[in-house]
Amino acid sequence: MENLPLNEQDFIPLGASASEGEVLAGKPMTYWQDAWQRFRKNKVALFAAILLVIIALFTIFGPAICGYDFTAQNVKIRNQAPSTEHWFGTDSLGRDLFARVAVGGRVSIIIGICGALIVGVIGCLYGGLAAYFGGRVDMVMMRIVDILSSIPNLLLVILLSVVLESSSIPTLLFAMTITSWCGVARIVRAQMLQINRSEYVMAARIMGVSPVKIVLTHFIPNTISVIIVNLTFRIPGFIFSEAFLSYVGLGVAAPNTSWGTLASAAQSTLLFYPYQMLFPSLFIALTTLSFTLMGDGLRDALDPKMRR
Amino acid sequence: MEPLLKVENLHVRFASYAGNVHAVRGVSFEVGRGEVLAIVGESGCGKTVTAKAAMRLLDRTNAIVDKDSRIELDGQDMLHMPRRKLNTIRGKDISMIFQDSMTSLNPTMTVGKQIMENLLTHTSMTKGAARKRAKELLELVEIPDPEDRLDCYPHQLSGGMRQRVMIAIALACDPKLLIADEPTTALDVTIQAQLLDLLGRIKEQNGMSVILVTHDLGVVASFAQRVQVMYAGQIVEHGTVEDIFKRPKHPYTWALLSSIPGRALSSKSELYALKGTPPDLRRPLIGCPFAERCEYCMGICKKQCPSETEVSEGHSASCWLCHEFAPKVQPPRIFGGNE
Amino acid sequence: MMNNNEILYDVQGLSRYFPSKRGVVKAVDDVSFQIRKGETFSLVGESGCGKTTCGRTLLGVYSKTAGKVLYHGVDKDSLNKAQQKEYLQKNQMIFQDPYACLDPRMSIASIIEEGMKVHFSYSASERTAICAELLHEVGLPAEFLSRFPHELSGGQRQRIGIARALAMNPEFIVCDEPIAALDVSIQAQVVNLLIRLQKEMGLTYLFISHDLSMVKHISDKIAVMYLGSIVELGTPDVIYNRPMHPYSKALLSAIPVADPDGNWAKKRIPLTGEVPSPVDAPAGCKFWKRCPYAKETCKEQRPALRELETGHFVACHFTEEL
Repeated sequence: MENLPLNEQDFIPLGASASEGEVLAGKPMTYWQDAWQRFRKNKVALFAAILLVIIALFTIFGPAICGYDFTAQNVKIRNQAPSTEHWFGTDSLGRDLFARVAVGGRVSIIIGICGALIVGVIGCLYGGLAAYFGGRVDMVMMRIVDILSSIPNLLLVILLSVVLESSSIPTLLFAMTITSWCGVARIVRAQMLQINRSEYVMAARIMGVSPVKIVLTHFIPNTISVIIVNLTFRIPGFIFSEAFLSYVGLGVAAPNTSWGTLASAAQSTLLFYPYQMLFPSLFIALTTLSFTLMGDGLRDALDPKMRR
Repeated sequence: MEPLLKVENLHVRFASYAGNVHAVRGVSFEVGRGEVLAIVGESGCGKTVTAKAAMRLLDRTNAIVDKDSRIELDGQDMLHMPRRKLNTIRGKDISMIFQDSMTSLNPTMTVGKQIMENLLTHTSMTKGAARKRAKELLELVEIPDPEDRLDCYPHQLSGGMRQRVMIAIALACDPKLLIADEPTTALDVTIQAQLLDLLGRIKEQNGMSVILVTHDLGVVASFAQRVQVMYAGQIVEHGTVEDIFKRPKHPYTWALLSSIPGRALSSKSELYALKGTPPDLRRPLIGCPFAERCEYCMGICKKQCPSETEVSEGHSASCWLCHEFAPKVQPPRIFGGNE
Repeated sequence: MMNNNEILYDVQGLSRYFPSKRGVVKAVDDVSFQIRKGETFSLVGESGCGKTTCGRTLLGVYSKTAGKVLYHGVDKDSLNKAQQKEYLQKNQMIFQDPYACLDPRMSIASIIEEGMKVHFSYSASERTAICAELLHEVGLPAEFLSRFPHELSGGQRQRIGIARALAMNPEFIVCDEPIAALDVSIQAQVVNLLIRLQKEMGLTYLFISHDLSMVKHISDKIAVMYLGSIVELGTPDVIYNRPMHPYSKALLSAIPVADPDGNWAKKRIPLTGEVPSPVDAPAGCKFWKRCPYAKETCKEQRPALRELETGHFVACHFTEEL
């Protein structure tokens, strides 16, 4: 370090300048603002989130942009390769694939989000009640969860789809969510039990805060971030399941379509018209990957263990 | 004699989401052979980072050690050593024990296997010989029924026992340097006393050097020979135990010693308490890092960082109060002690 | 000097057992003591000796297995609804872990207000004013009210915990290892604050700690616990200068002294072995297996807490002979 010439003026005592009260660095930030700051710093997760917004916009406005109806058949332009006219090409009935992928995306994403919401609600109620009652009730409720989750999921879904003999979106959702809420229930229960043991809940009890108030002010806010992260990770699972079901022919019925249905239809002519398979699969892959990456970022941003 | 470990101008930075934390800021020190050096300071002062850097144990993904930092063990450059060579030195010439024995031991391996693993990697021992040596080591760290304990898993042992096992693993290859990072902080006082006795005896027998990282001045006084006090990533004072406890020169050392309640004059009187909090290590520091909280702060302290001044042989402090221009300051009365 | 004061808590034969897979854990086993108004009563001992459980059972966080707690001379169990509510207001606790004791989703203001809303009918602006005053009381600026726990350092959080307890206008606070997780210089800040508040507001503390040197500084009375029982009870002067129980002697001699001339290692009374698990506590005196002076009687008969001199109780058969 460069040494400045010293003079005696510099050696006059000043005393401590740290104030009695303490200062904080930075602006005040709520929990969510801080989480957003963290999330924003995670470039990959942010990119994934932006990509998801673009995909969502595409599914909403896609058909309007290209100007084709997704059901309009035109035998003259069957199986055309992507061109300026038809950006993603056309299928075996001459329908515009850009419009079909966009509309199919609506179904896929709606199923993904609705599925996650349904398991979220059921899982929270079930896990919350189990943790609240505790003891024997908790034991019985959790054994039921164990039994349900031991049933092979896909088998059950296929069986239900066949038995219910309908391929509307609600039936699909019912079949897919019937056992998959178990995981959420487990996580919610574990989180609740952990909060129940925490010192801030003990402090509230000692002060005589009522149980309802404790649930509202401590349990729910502290569980919500865990649930958000978990559900974000579950959305791609549902999109994938739906794609799989459609692929094996148990998906949504024509004229409605989904990414899985589109991929399934393209399968027979894969060798000749690979682009018909490429676009729906590409969207499935991009969407599931983005949800997973965003979930990662959310977990890092919301995890209280990271903030010390 | 040539010192065993030589650290020169060590700088360590960590990348964090809120900016780069400059955790260790130009630390230089030496550890002699057979000597116990204590690094004292409060949490976040960089004492553990310094110790870990010496073993090159810092996480490579986010810790950056500056290019011109130098760490030499027995004349060998530790910082630029190839990984391969490093692995033959770590665990053999230099080893480390940590505060938390539960996470430092592998829960799926028996205690015996974990000790033998170290022996088998670094020596050409047969399995039988290694097992025999492992048993001797457990005897050395005074674990009762060592033969039976060899086949125990860590969770079957108490906290004090696990810490003994960690010491046994660290000592397996007769290291020249043992780095003990808060080795007794998680333990009760009676167990802590047992372990410090044990470490002291083993050190005498093996003649190894020890770096003791701790925040407990009581432990330092009873175990170390030399002490260096760290604050905000810098060494503010270093000297022998006698120097530091009886003739401290740096106001931060004064503050640390004054806040020990045993030294207070009467019960329920006000304890000496430092005001404020340590500086934010994400920002560059101008002047002395302690200036804001220092009762003896002068104009110069805020402008320029004090350099190390040798007070007596082997005892130096980085404080402008040691400069010839500075007013003569009487340290707090408590240091009169018994004299 | 404290003897004239009213007895706030009279604890008689308090026990708390926990069932476990290996048997009953006697975390607190037949403990009796009195806490007088305005004093600091400390429970010290090594981890697992039951000091924290004792504090929590006293406040009723854990239900007790046996024994009686008289509060202001009245059995705590016989309080009516209104009295129970008053009890909840007047008896508070501060915790060890400054990170776990504040809800990360709540602002400092709502943390401090939480209990106030239950017991007092202040308006929102009155509450804010009180909160600001409490922050000032614990040495923090009022701008902290809108902050969140994750923005604060350990020492600052601990003071928020104290402010939360003070907001209830309590007469008794259980301090459960309030400084164990803090740095030395911050410990002093918090202890100074506790001492000052006691003097200003006439608070009574039950101070639970394993830091024996801090306990000496802050206490009026100290009880040394071992495996769920009190082995020695007295003033700090007596406990630190003339301990009578072999365990207290060993425990106190094990504190490392920050003095290089202390000859700490030489003066120490070494203690072999480790604290046995409270499940298989030995019959007779709980300490006999590790006690260098143990005799046949110690193995068979559990020593009662005897008063050796005024205010100095020891649970050992042979104190006089040692």
